[in-house]
Amino acid sequence: MVIVTAFVVVIFLAIILVPFLSVTWKGIITVTTVTIIAIISSVIAFQSLIGKNFEYLFPGSPITGIVPVRIDALSGWFIAIINFTFLTGAFYGMQYMKAYRSQKSNLSLHCICFILLQASLISICSLQNMLAFLVAWEIMALSSFVLIIFEHHKRETLSAGINFLIQSHICIMFLTLAFIWVAMRMNSYDFKAIMLFSNSNSLLTGVALFLCFFFGFAIKAGFVPFHTWLPYAHPAAPSHISGIMSGVIIKIGIYGIMRMLLLIKTDYLVIGYILLFVSIVSGIYGVMLAIIQHNLKRLLAYHSIENIGIIGIGIGLGCIGIGKGNHLLTLLGFAGALLHILNHSLFKSLLFYGAGNVYQSTHTMDIEKLGGLGKSMPHTSFLFLIAALAICGLPPFNGFVSEFLIYNGMFTGLKVSDQALILPIVFGIFGLALIGGLAMLCFTKAFGSIFSGTLRHNFQHAPGEADFGKLIPMYAVFILITAIGLFPKIFITALSEPIKLFTHYPDDYIPADGLSITATMSMIGLCSGAFLGLTGLIFFLRKRIMSNKPQTVNVTWGCGYVAPTGKMQYTASSFVRAYRKLAEPVFSIHKKKKEIRGVFPKSGGQETHPYDKLEGWFIDYPLQQLRKFLSRFIFLQNGNLQFYILYGVAFITLVLVIPFAYDYIKAVIKFLNQL
Amino acid sequence: MISLILILLASLFFTGIIIRTKSITSGRKGPGIFQPLKDIWRLFKKGSVYSKTTSFIFQVAPSIYIASILMAILVIPLGQYKGIISFEGDFVFFAYVLGTGKFFSIISAMDTGSSFEGMGASREALFSMFAEPAFFILIGSFALLTGHTSFQEIFASLHFGSYISYILGALATFVLVMMTMVENSRMPIDDPKTHLELTMVHEVMILDNSGFDLGMILYGTNLKFAMYGALIANLFMGSFPLYLTIPIFFVIQVLFAVTVGILESFTARFRMNHNAQYILALSSVSLLIFLGVLLVLKLVS
Repeated sequence: MVIVTAFVVVIFLAIILVPFLSVTWKGIITVTTVTIIAIISSVIAFQSLIGKNFEYLFPGSPITGIVPVRIDALSGWFIAIINFTFLTGAFYGMQYMKAYRSQKSNLSLHCICFILLQASLISICSLQNMLAFLVAWEIMALSSFVLIIFEHHKRETLSAGINFLIQSHICIMFLTLAFIWVAMRMNSYDFKAIMLFSNSNSLLTGVALFLCFFFGFAIKAGFVPFHTWLPYAHPAAPSHISGIMSGVIIKIGIYGIMRMLLLIKTDYLVIGYILLFVSIVSGIYGVMLAIIQHNLKRLLAYHSIENIGIIGIGIGLGCIGIGKGNHLLTLLGFAGALLHILNHSLFKSLLFYGAGNVYQSTHTMDIEKLGGLGKSMPHTSFLFLIAALAICGLPPFNGFVSEFLIYNGMFTGLKVSDQALILPIVFGIFGLALIGGLAMLCFTKAFGSIFSGTLRHNFQHAPGEADFGKLIPMYAVFILITAIGLFPKIFITALSEPIKLFTHYPDDYIPADGLSITATMSMIGLCSGAFLGLTGLIFFLRKRIMSNKPQTVNVTWGCGYVAPTGKMQYTASSFVRAYRKLAEPVFSIHKKKKEIRGVFPKSGGQETHPYDKLEGWFIDYPLQQLRKFLSRFIFLQNGNLQFYILYGVAFITLVLVIPFAYDYIKAVIKFLNQL
Repeated sequence: MISLILILLASLFFTGIIIRTKSITSGRKGPGIFQPLKDIWRLFKKGSVYSKTTSFIFQVAPSIYIASILMAILVIPLGQYKGIISFEGDFVFFAYVLGTGKFFSIISAMDTGSSFEGMGASREALFSMFAEPAFFILIGSFALLTGHTSFQEIFASLHFGSYISYILGALATFVLVMMTMVENSRMPIDDPKTHLELTMVHEVMILDNSGFDLGMILYGTNLKFAMYGALIANLFMGSFPLYLTIPIFFVIQVLFAVTVGILESFTARFRMNHNAQYILALSSVSLLIFLGVLLVLKLVS
């Protein structure tokens, strides 16, 4: 009770306070509020992670019924992730927003929405009443919309924001539909009604209900083909918002899917196959498109789709495990997925913060113009490198641990040689291996062309390192990334409660599989540590041996050419050219080429604009058709005031006449029914 | 432990045998089999030149590269004898730790800001990306066949009984040999002896490395050869005792080296822009192995 009240009071106080403060204090109050909310909710979250569930019932209203606040281990895990990302995001954002100090009212709105967003995300994880859930979901959608369009004087930012707003509402539409379906039959808004509903209906109904929820949540999570808002919204938002959006907002879609898996009792095998298929496609498609992007933040946005795919593969495997009664597969699948949710929120937010630093020091996100920032921004480049290694799933960092769990799950599934498992799993292994390789191609391109070599473009101000305030939250994320990589056992143990929800072990039963997993995990930590140690040792030896040998500094080998410029470096586009040529059939790339011709050649150039083929099919084409259809009715909107008054009169007449004609209409309907 | 020592021993003469084979097939006298090692030793004693465009990454990358290969070698068993590291799913660690090394060698090539080295880096990234699914499907098939998920358990319980299993062994050897060629950028993927920067993969990436660093990278190639040779040797060891496995190990390493030499002498390099398709085709060979495993287990008929 006290905790819930404190939570609400703090938020209200902060929101009322923020508009009346000076710019500096706005930031301080926001950060303090975020910290307080984080502490309050984390206390409950951590308790639920050790098995003490939290339940509080709001009396609610006659319309909503009782509004239960239930925090179990699954909610706890998500709340903990949300809080950490918001903490780093708030501290980073406070420094990042210093560049916009003059926009006072805009900043107030930004701060308020920031607090609201955190509060709504936590509420979504804990509210278990359908109406309250939808309200919280709507607050989340609206506040993130306001956060995205911070730079609303830019046209593309605004259109990206509106795109996001519309797609969020399509997502809400699906959710509302599913909720109405359940509430109509069960006469209750409590989430428990969903469980009762699926228990009392056939498996097929359960699958249909799950799919209805899945479509809604998949739009938020960014599964292909529902991903099209992501690559617009991420580059448009300020960097700390992009980090939070990629880190936790899209994960709330995953939370929804996992919550529904817990509630809907249905044919898990079918759901597992569907999830696995959609996820593998998302993973491969996301990273394939990421590689050819020129805008750094857009590239990272496509990578979020890829990582959602990896998480989905884990969840899909887990579902197949439940369906087949294979405990180890369930355990590994869900452990991999849940850990990857945490991991992705860490390295993706770190990457976005890094991108933010680059943006504020160079004012461009075009990879082709950047280069050689490693020397002027050593800290940012180091942190970006670590995050890039982690996102590629390379040891000794955290991405490897969760991908390893998922791989291990798949190979465990193969081991039992069950025909129903073999084909999807081989498809999964192929997909995950390909995703890993493609991610490496993508991030060697991104890191190599942004931070290595020399500058490709003359900036008015020489790019410099971000100030200390921005680097501290980034280093905090870095520490956690390394900690998960080196001591994965701790985090797997912390996950045992959320996983138990899915595996349905009896309380006193300690699975032998679980023990072997923790043993393997500590082995991985050990190996990663050994790898770091060995590298350090070799580097140290090299240094000792080389200390008494002559070392000279000279120009890069240029095949005999002695006056190379920054523009002669291998560019990002040429780095991925071979790949682009191979994968061209999948993409639609608009190319503009101006060849150098003639005896006295003028300037030449080539432009490529990658576009998303699926967006063309699923968004542009239907919109075009809709516009075509609606344009037939354009005569109604003819600009004549008289006509508009006529429409008004016609409407009012209709409204007045219908009650009079009620009996006739009823008779007609009755007649139709009899037919 | 025993496998580590054997692989280190094999790495000493492996490239020497390749070069010797090549010189014999082309009718030259050729250097002794320890010549590559002497070259590396000479490099270790030399000073080095660094490009002024490079940063710390260029300095640290060769160390990480060789450390990653050493870590991968630690995972490899010798028949029924475990490697130093062995756990469920250790082959995932094997593949990914090599990936870390590759990541650094690629970005260190980009770090020089050269107009050539990025070319090699780009190819290395692309080719290794396509090679990865082949490896995982191969190991997945073995996991399915044997019911185990670590290198040592898989290799110890691998035995050949039926005709199909011999075909599987042959195909697996083929995939592993080709993967070695891809990973080490040798013929027919890449010709390390060509003298045109535009057509090289690995060699063009290390144009700017010199002295101790170059020595480490070159020795890394030897280690990688011996490592994959050991993997191939493991296919044929089963649970034999030590006095049989050690001779098998060396015979297969030498055979492998001679094969590589012959391959390099008598094949032409593929067209660079078709390499990717060719490497992806390796995955389909892996899929064939997988189908073969299904046949052996009578899951399909």
